[in-house]
Amino acid sequence: MINAASSNSTRRANARKISEMAMRIIFLIAACACILCVGLICAFLLANGLPAILKIGPLKFLLGLQWKPERSLYGILPMIVGSIYVTAGAVVVGVPIGILTAVYMARFCDKRFYRVLNPIVSLMAGIPSVVYGFFGMVALLPLTKAWFGAGKSVLSASILLGIMILPTVIRVSEAAIRAVPSNYYEGALALGASHERSVFFAVLPAAKSGIMSSIVLGIGRAIGETMAVIMVAGNQAVIPSGITKGVRTLTANIVLEMGYAADLHRDALIGCAVVLFVFILLINLLLSATQRRQA
Amino acid sequence: MTNAARTHNRPMKLRYDIVSPLLRALVNASAWIMTLAAMSMVGFILIKGIPHIKPSLFAWKYTSVNVSLTPALINTAIMTALALVIAVPLGVFAAIYLAEYARRGNRIVKIIRMAAETLSGIPSIVYGLFGFLFFVVSLKWGMSLLAGGCTLAIMVLPLIMRTAEEALLSVPDMYREGSFGLGAGRLRTVFRVVLPAAVPGILAGVILATGRVVGESAALILTAGTVAKVPASLMKSGRTMAVHMYNLSSEGLYIDQTYATAVVMIVLVAAINALSTWAAKKAENAMSGGS
Repeated sequence: MINAASSNSTRRANARKISEMAMRIIFLIAACACILCVGLICAFLLANGLPAILKIGPLKFLLGLQWKPERSLYGILPMIVGSIYVTAGAVVVGVPIGILTAVYMARFCDKRFYRVLNPIVSLMAGIPSVVYGFFGMVALLPLTKAWFGAGKSVLSASILLGIMILPTVIRVSEAAIRAVPSNYYEGALALGASHERSVFFAVLPAAKSGIMSSIVLGIGRAIGETMAVIMVAGNQAVIPSGITKGVRTLTANIVLEMGYAADLHRDALIGCAVVLFVFILLINLLLSATQRRQA
Repeated sequence: MTNAARTHNRPMKLRYDIVSPLLRALVNASAWIMTLAAMSMVGFILIKGIPHIKPSLFAWKYTSVNVSLTPALINTAIMTALALVIAVPLGVFAAIYLAEYARRGNRIVKIIRMAAETLSGIPSIVYGLFGFLFFVVSLKWGMSLLAGGCTLAIMVLPLIMRTAEEALLSVPDMYREGSFGLGAGRLRTVFRVVLPAAVPGILAGVILATGRVVGESAALILTAGTVAKVPASLMKSGRTMAVHMYNLSSEGLYIDQTYATAVVMIVLVAAINALSTWAAKKAENAMSGGS
């Protein structure tokens, strides 16, 4: 009897041990799913994109000025330059306003305003890019046309993307500013600096690395944005001669032509995605560099 | 006091501090610009769109006359459900591993975190292209809700993982100690004690993920296609709200209906945001009440 009972309890203990082990392995597998996803994405992009790049010739592909698939000319330099122009424009428009707004939200505004501003930033972060694009098309384009004589152009795309990266820049910068220990601020005040000077010359430098990551994240969002850019950038596959001229980004190139592309044309578009992916990896490296300095 | 010191001191005292008001003005102006940009956008779309919200916009079937958004709305719900059914268990289990099982400094944990960070930085169009190459072409699913749902599941996975991990880590350790003290194993502790306490926080992340699925368009154009009706099965193509709106605005024939559709999208997003804030607040209250 006793023997049976004890063997029963050891069996139960064993069953428990097995289920513990099994679930542990299941959790581990779930955690490894994202490694698998990154691996699959890399594999599929490279397997389809690299042969095309090699066939076209890496230099011809990356530095070619002509994108004319119908004549087998696959140069994506205009799109690379376009993506960089538009992203730089978005940074010029969005980053100063974003950081200053973050300063305002973290150190200047009272609770009442904060309760208004905070949901506005959340709403901006949540509005889909097609809605931004549509707004840009019907409201922003007439304005830029009237003021700068620029319809669908680098300028309008930069302004729209600048607005779109605001929530990212604000959220991350605000968190960084709030994370600065309050004795920085109090010390500056005690030395006779005004509130404004204390915030800008004592607190902000201390939050520098967090603010840098907010800018890098904003850059990542701007360079990857697709639908909003298509609707306001004009999409001409040439290097724009000025900011009032139309432009096509890497992302726009992919989504505009993927629908009907075939053979080498299709693979060249995947090559575009590979280039974009490399850009994003560089941005991620930059991001982890800014965060490592913080730690 | 020497003469030099006095001449150095005097202008300091008399000088009016011009920098501080300037900085304050700059900060205030930026906050106003941000608010105005957001308000003018939302206001513009609401004012132009609300008058065009008509019953015909919500007709059961889409035709080129009524440009109904109901099929797109239903597809959006199906797509969201699909993506979440895949991503939530995977993300929460992964978060459980990271928060409850993994030791600090474990090499595999480092790789997992790096992969999750990389995933969260990838632009949606690259996800779309991958989904097209993998699900649509290689697995031969064709442009379908299923292909779109799987693509979006991968896209929101890092978001769910991160928020779920934060929620689990914010559960006070005494919950676990109490459970262990009563003789419960690790598994039982996780599922009976830690996970229930973390549910509101996880929910906030899941709702955020819902917002991303609802707003996604670039990835879905390449994986789920643009057919404007509710498909008979998951293996058929169908467009969601965001794709529907892109098609309307790029066709340019139904500008009034596009405004109205934009209004519906903004309302949807605002509702999702409110829900997420509510869940997050609930999570915070639960944790502060517990500790």
